[in-house]
Amino acid sequence: MFKSITLGQYYQTDSILHRLDPRVKLSATLLYIVALFVVNSFPGYLFAGIFLVCMIRLSHVPFSYMVRGMKAILFLLLLTMTFNLFLTPGEPLVQFWKLTITREGLSTAIMMAVRLSFLVIGSSLMTLTTTPTQLTDAMEAMMNPFKRIHMPVHEIAMMMSIALRFIPILMEETDKIMKAQMARGADFDSKNLMKKIQSMIPLLVPLFVSAFRRANDLAMAMEARCYRGGEGRTKMKPLVYQGRDRIAYVILFAFFAACIAFRATSHMVPFPLGALS
Amino acid sequence: MSLTIEDISFTYETGTAMQVTALDHISAEIPDNQFIGLIGHTGSGKSTLVQMLNGLLKPTSGRILYKGADIHADNFDRKNLRAKVGLVFQYPEHQLFEADVISDVMFGPKNLGLSQEECQRRAHAALRSVGMDKKFYEKSPFDLSGGEKRRVAIAGVLAMHPEILILDEPTAGLDPRGRDEILGLISEMKNRMNMTIILVSHSMDDVAEYVDRIMVMNRSHLVYDDTPARVFTHYRELEEMGLSAPQVTYIMQYLKEQGLPVSTEIFTLEEAAAEILAHRRELHV
Amino acid sequence: MPGSLSSFYGHLKTQSIYCEMYDCFYLPVCREGEKTARKVFFYMISIQKLIHDYFRQDEDGNVAEKVRAVDGVDLEVHAGEFIVILGHNGCGKSTLAKHINALLYPTEGEVWVDGMNTAKEENIWDVRQKAGMIFQNPDNQIIAQVVEEDVGFGPENMGIPTEKIWERVEESLKTVGMYEFRKKSPGRLSGGQKQRVCIAGVMAMHPKCIIMDEPTAMLDPSGRREVVAAARDLNKKEGITIILITHYMEEAIDADRVFVMDHGKVVMQGTPREIFSRVEDMQELHLDVPQVTLLAHELRKNGVRIPAGILTKEELADALIKRGAEQKGRDRNVVTHH
Repeated sequence: MFKSITLGQYYQTDSILHRLDPRVKLSATLLYIVALFVVNSFPGYLFAGIFLVCMIRLSHVPFSYMVRGMKAILFLLLLTMTFNLFLTPGEPLVQFWKLTITREGLSTAIMMAVRLSFLVIGSSLMTLTTTPTQLTDAMEAMMNPFKRIHMPVHEIAMMMSIALRFIPILMEETDKIMKAQMARGADFDSKNLMKKIQSMIPLLVPLFVSAFRRANDLAMAMEARCYRGGEGRTKMKPLVYQGRDRIAYVILFAFFAACIAFRATSHMVPFPLGALS
Repeated sequence: MSLTIEDISFTYETGTAMQVTALDHISAEIPDNQFIGLIGHTGSGKSTLVQMLNGLLKPTSGRILYKGADIHADNFDRKNLRAKVGLVFQYPEHQLFEADVISDVMFGPKNLGLSQEECQRRAHAALRSVGMDKKFYEKSPFDLSGGEKRRVAIAGVLAMHPEILILDEPTAGLDPRGRDEILGLISEMKNRMNMTIILVSHSMDDVAEYVDRIMVMNRSHLVYDDTPARVFTHYRELEEMGLSAPQVTYIMQYLKEQGLPVSTEIFTLEEAAAEILAHRRELHV
Repeated sequence: MPGSLSSFYGHLKTQSIYCEMYDCFYLPVCREGEKTARKVFFYMISIQKLIHDYFRQDEDGNVAEKVRAVDGVDLEVHAGEFIVILGHNGCGKSTLAKHINALLYPTEGEVWVDGMNTAKEENIWDVRQKAGMIFQNPDNQIIAQVVEEDVGFGPENMGIPTEKIWERVEESLKTVGMYEFRKKSPGRLSGGQKQRVCIAGVMAMHPKCIIMDEPTAMLDPSGRREVVAAARDLNKKEGITIILITHYMEEAIDADRVFVMDHGKVVMQGTPREIFSRVEDMQELHLDVPQVTLLAHELRKNGVRIPAGILTKEELADALIKRGAEQKGRDRNVVTHH
């Protein structure tokens, strides 16, 4: 049953975004997140939103998948909005009991919500169009310059990809161990905190033992297949920039430049649509 | 009748596009004191079925009755059920966690809220049942051999005093000696204690020698539920399911095809030898 | 054709000379009056007086216990043979196996693989490329999240250029019959399929021999059949030397030779027929014997005159029915052949 959970929620289909080099997508996501903090006016956010929608359309991934990520942060979103709504000083709009909603509060709350949502959707877009393997390859490639300061880049990337490979296996194992201990009367639903912590021991000890055993077996198998670290290794799927990747970088650059422009001119836009924090 | 399986079905991811039927309208009675073999290929639903019997999984439809009461009723004590219906999973040694053997075997009884003395008594008795003497009690379970660990894990379930003991592939990963030891142990336990034993397996050879009744599962259905003799007469259908009758049955079939008029209702080696010897005169050897 | 090979090699063995400089065996060849030395690797694997001790340390780091896992093993394997090593758990067969691809080093004795001494550090990677290994747990050998990427892991480690890696991956997957699964995630495969992917992963390194350490122990019967069929295929069609370590006797029936181990020693060796006809010895070692062989043995004990070493039901029927018919006709003793 756990096997059906796809990690990183990669959505298999063909689109221009799927075909882009993962380094482009990783950089784009990071840049987009920064851009969301650069723009600070309604026109700016509108621009960022339109850009996002275009990317979603290009990805051929159904919109419903995008909003799945939103469910996770719904609580945080509401919390942020509420705080900003009621606690921002400024020109009062509505008042009930002791709580005041100010104009500034309203606009800040909306902008916070927009920022958070776009951030989550933008990141989802990346994980929906990039496989975990491609992501670790991209991270390895981008960390390469750090080899000069003796950062074990290859080892880190290898660890990440092995972890990704074994997470479903360990999840399944956790399930099995839990069931086996429940069959012996163990109770994992206790409300008592102390009891809850104690009930973890029969789960964690076997899990750790199993994880170590697997690690040992895997190390032997890797050595048997001539693994000797990153030296002299070639790649089966090397990352090579194509024409479309270069164009993507140009578009990205242009987008970011535009965002900066929006910020620079935000003071010219009348409140409440402009110059918000 | 201890346990009644009343038309149960079980689906994963119910209602979605990825719905998978693991069990499809299964009904059976599990009486006291019977030795049952539950056979099926990987994915047939046998592991899912046994997890239903002690309440670990809840059927999507249908009921399981223990002594007449629905086990998923609100006021039903499912913890007590897990003591009465003991389930030993595949590779049970993977569930060992305590610092020493005796503590691990006492884990089950402790969860039932029994006194320290009672827990110890039960643990000692259980370890004796699986043939492990005092010298193992203080050892760490992680220092034992594979076969020893497995026996400790089985003792851990026995200490709960089950009325029905379910063992999911107890011989998995064991060498012939380990396999013979475990099966011998189980058979001996059955004779000594008043328990129903359900042995889940792939291998007809292991099971044929010991069981009174065989239940065969194929792709979420219960296809046969009968005595070994009658189940093995369907050896062709069994083959289509990816299972097989015991080796000796095939040997006797072949001999019959080649002209020796032997009975083919033979499932153990001793019976086969006796049957062939009975026809010695026709053989001239 | 191991029969002819072994007599050929047997002849060579008595004439060969070890050369320290090239670290191999060579055979002086006389050709039209001149003596030329030619390197001959006449054993794929040669294990000589191998001893392996495991040391267990106590809390202070001192040696608390010494366990002798392999106790003086001599074993030779010719190229292209299908060898099975049988033995109960703890007899030392896994330890022995790990010496062949230099995962372990001898405490005493020597192991030579394709003319290379495994104890020499500079040989490790070549030895591991020539002698690949498959282990018991299919999941704990698969590194990648996509089948084809895992098969490419070995060649990547060897520094094979990208183009060639793809060729090898395609070739290996086709050899084991898993090519249609190349884009799939390993998590969705059955045990037997996973092991075949592991075999492909080893084949992609172009080994000369593959050691399989109980590859079927965790599989169901159909998975076991898949894996053993794949091994047999590799042996017959690609000429890969296979060393299969197992405790399932049905996997040994088609082997060229069988070695039986107990307490770190090789206690029996021979063809499957020779080994399995020694029913009492096998039973004493707590090893299985095919049901047919056991049945035939029971019948023989009761005075039925059939040959020893019957391995299949066809042979049994042959012995019981057809010979009996002959005897009835001719009314004299049947000559037993084994």
